[in-house]
Amino acid sequence: MDDAFKPSRRAFLKGSAAVAAGSVAGAAAADTPDPLITELQDWASYTGAGVDESPYGMPISFESHVVRRNVEWLTASPISSINFTPIHALDGTITPQGCAFERHHSGAIELRKEDYRLMINGLVDRPLVFTYDDIERFPRENHVYFCECAANTGMEWAGAQLNGVQFTHGMIHNMEYTGVPLRTLLQEAGADISPDKWVYVEGADASSNGRSIPMEKALDDVLVAFKANGEALRMEHGYPVRLVVPGWEGNMWVKWLRRIEVVDVAVESREETSKYTDVYADGTAQKWTWVMDAKSVITSPSPQMPIKHGQGPLVISGLAWSGHGQITRVDVSKDGGITWETARLGKQGDSKALTRFYLDTNWDGAPMILQARAIDETGYVQPTKDQLREKRGENSVYHNNCIQTWYVSAEGIAENVEVS
Amino acid sequence: MSKSLSHVFLPVFGGTALVLAAAVAITNRNYGQSQIETLETRISQVEAHAATAQENAQAEASRAAELAAKVEEIQTAAAERVANGMNLTAPAPNNEGTYGLGRPALEQEIAAWDVDVLPDGRGLPVGSGDVWTGEEVFVDRCASCHGEFAEGADNWPVLAGGFDTLADEDPVKTVGSYWPHLSTAWDYISRSMPFGEAGTLTADETYAIVAYILYSNDLVDDDFVLSNENFADFEMYNMDGFVVDIRPETEYAEWREEPCMENCKTEAAVTMRSVFLVETPPEGGSNSVMNEASADGLPTFTAEGPSFIPTAAPKPEEEAAATPAVQEIDEADQTTDLFAAGEKVFKKCKSCHQVGDGAKDSTGPALNGVIGANAGSVEGFKYSKAMKTAAEAGLVWTEEEMAAFLAKPKDYMKGTRMSFAGLKKPDDIEAVIVYLKSFGS
Repeated sequence: MDDAFKPSRRAFLKGSAAVAAGSVAGAAAADTPDPLITELQDWASYTGAGVDESPYGMPISFESHVVRRNVEWLTASPISSINFTPIHALDGTITPQGCAFERHHSGAIELRKEDYRLMINGLVDRPLVFTYDDIERFPRENHVYFCECAANTGMEWAGAQLNGVQFTHGMIHNMEYTGVPLRTLLQEAGADISPDKWVYVEGADASSNGRSIPMEKALDDVLVAFKANGEALRMEHGYPVRLVVPGWEGNMWVKWLRRIEVVDVAVESREETSKYTDVYADGTAQKWTWVMDAKSVITSPSPQMPIKHGQGPLVISGLAWSGHGQITRVDVSKDGGITWETARLGKQGDSKALTRFYLDTNWDGAPMILQARAIDETGYVQPTKDQLREKRGENSVYHNNCIQTWYVSAEGIAENVEVS
Repeated sequence: MSKSLSHVFLPVFGGTALVLAAAVAITNRNYGQSQIETLETRISQVEAHAATAQENAQAEASRAAELAAKVEEIQTAAAERVANGMNLTAPAPNNEGTYGLGRPALEQEIAAWDVDVLPDGRGLPVGSGDVWTGEEVFVDRCASCHGEFAEGADNWPVLAGGFDTLADEDPVKTVGSYWPHLSTAWDYISRSMPFGEAGTLTADETYAIVAYILYSNDLVDDDFVLSNENFADFEMYNMDGFVVDIRPETEYAEWREEPCMENCKTEAAVTMRSVFLVETPPEGGSNSVMNEASADGLPTFTAEGPSFIPTAAPKPEEEAAATPAVQEIDEADQTTDLFAAGEKVFKKCKSCHQVGDGAKDSTGPALNGVIGANAGSVEGFKYSKAMKTAAEAGLVWTEEEMAAFLAKPKDYMKGTRMSFAGLKKPDDIEAVIVYLKSFGS
């Protein structure tokens, strides 16, 4: 904590001077009165928008750049593709639904609540069909969880690739879910819950995206969710009902959930064999790699969030998360991993949810090599890219939870780099 | 497994009584010894059934108790988390019995949805398909994306080849080289393919396609016939190539040491800069972007700002330009309805075609201005021979020609690469043509 923010007169003057000298607009060492203050502004004289002008409010137009974006050349068609959450521009931990990343295998479907059916069958005493209304009559719970695509940061295995944290780490969102524990539905149907059984789940869309979940997890914290951040799920996130599989790869969070089957073996579907398996350097593949290991990234400064204010007080901010539970500590390095400082964490206690961290510091204007390193409740320390490559090689695609490096120049411009 | 207790239990006991009564009556009439023996065997069978039913009922009851106990245990732990401020809500209560919600699933309903195929072949329907039929179906229904030899078109998945590349720098993971179970291919093709027309293949067509994919991977000869009977015997090339998650042993155990905070290394130099600006796709971008890493395309920086320039969001003036077309249609309500209906119908086309602002060629050509245009006239698009021939013969996509084409593409134009089966409803055709017409060139 040596470099923690210590306001001083000298630092303040240095910062002000830098801003005044730079091209950045703003109040600094004013010689002439600021017309924004001395002149009557339109918005202080005319009236503004009335209520109901926007019955469902969208962000103000000045924020219209804070949107999901895709990388067109990554996939053959936007219908089977992914886009990225603008995590560089968000703060706190909750991801608004409207900018939370999307991943579809056969496009997002429009499924009315009235047309929704959920079947539970297989090794159960009572195969059942539920309507949407039935689901809302079971006791429900609220939980905040992150959902991370297994391929998040997957483009970065062989080297620094995409220049923006939205693209390197944006296959993630974090919402407060309302839903019924899966175990309640299994109990309702009289499921065989012996530990060697599996719960196969599939969606109502054309891809169906079936996945097998081991019984222990199914009974533990899996939710059949119908609300996120207080409102109905968005179409692109599985309206009206999706599965929430806390801490496990996003592909298992089946959207438009239509069937739950208790089976005696894993189905070994396309999504758990040909995809979402990890090829190691020797050509063998890892399967059933469900848990998303501890990971963190600095969201600002980052390539899309340059330092515009010159020297002086600087808030280094980022996100950390672990599929194994809580984040207990995040360290930040400004010199590429030679020395580390422990960052200030946001709210404690959220398990398998995003944790916000801040390092409040004074920037002297010298280039920095920024890194963050997360530690979770199991004591697991987020590895470097080289540590991961040593274990898995460079063809793994999925589950890249390496330490990310941003080079920040003296001008405050940040770039995705690799460091020795 | 799926029947409720009362269904299983009562008929069995009822049956026992009936058979016993019949046995007594029959004995009194002095039937032969052999018939009596037969009846005794039958009685013991029925009794055995009854015993099994009783056992099942007991198993069911003990399973329910086991489940309730497990849930209790989980919820006690969750309640503890609530007490420690770690859960947002108290855990859902554990119900003694059931809530009685939902209704029994009918057998026909289960049959309609429970179509997954397990690795040992359980779940496969009766049927078969040979390589040559498979080739025909594949060319017709799959090749527009996957290539005629399963080699993959554009950025779509390659299904064949890639053997012994898994340890290479750029592994080619195909059905042949990578997939460990044949059931996965059958299951996925049957349920989720063709892209944009999922669920329309017959069982025999699916067997045939799978047989053809095996053939295109050189894993079977051209006289191979795949059926539900020989399915389980087939062993995939990479069946032993998978192990279950080894991270707990190889990584977790090792990476739990208190990390270094000071003088952790002597120097830290930048060894690589980011390769791509997001707005600059690499030549012929591939599914695996990892193999594109090179020193080319280094971002350029200026003092004014970062290298990132957003491009994906439409600019406001572009949006405005797209509006008039729709507004003109607003004048006639009926047309508006047709436009809206057409927009819905067009969802069926979207897996291959784009239309509207910024539409590009994908599997099929971009469709801006297609109504009234000469056939095969989108520059740079690789049309089928059939389409080129029709274009040379002067085919123009009038509304009538387009309607005929959309009704049954393959009948209208033999050899078209468009794998779409056609729009059955004339209303849908009319609507989608109105929709397409609204997008000028």
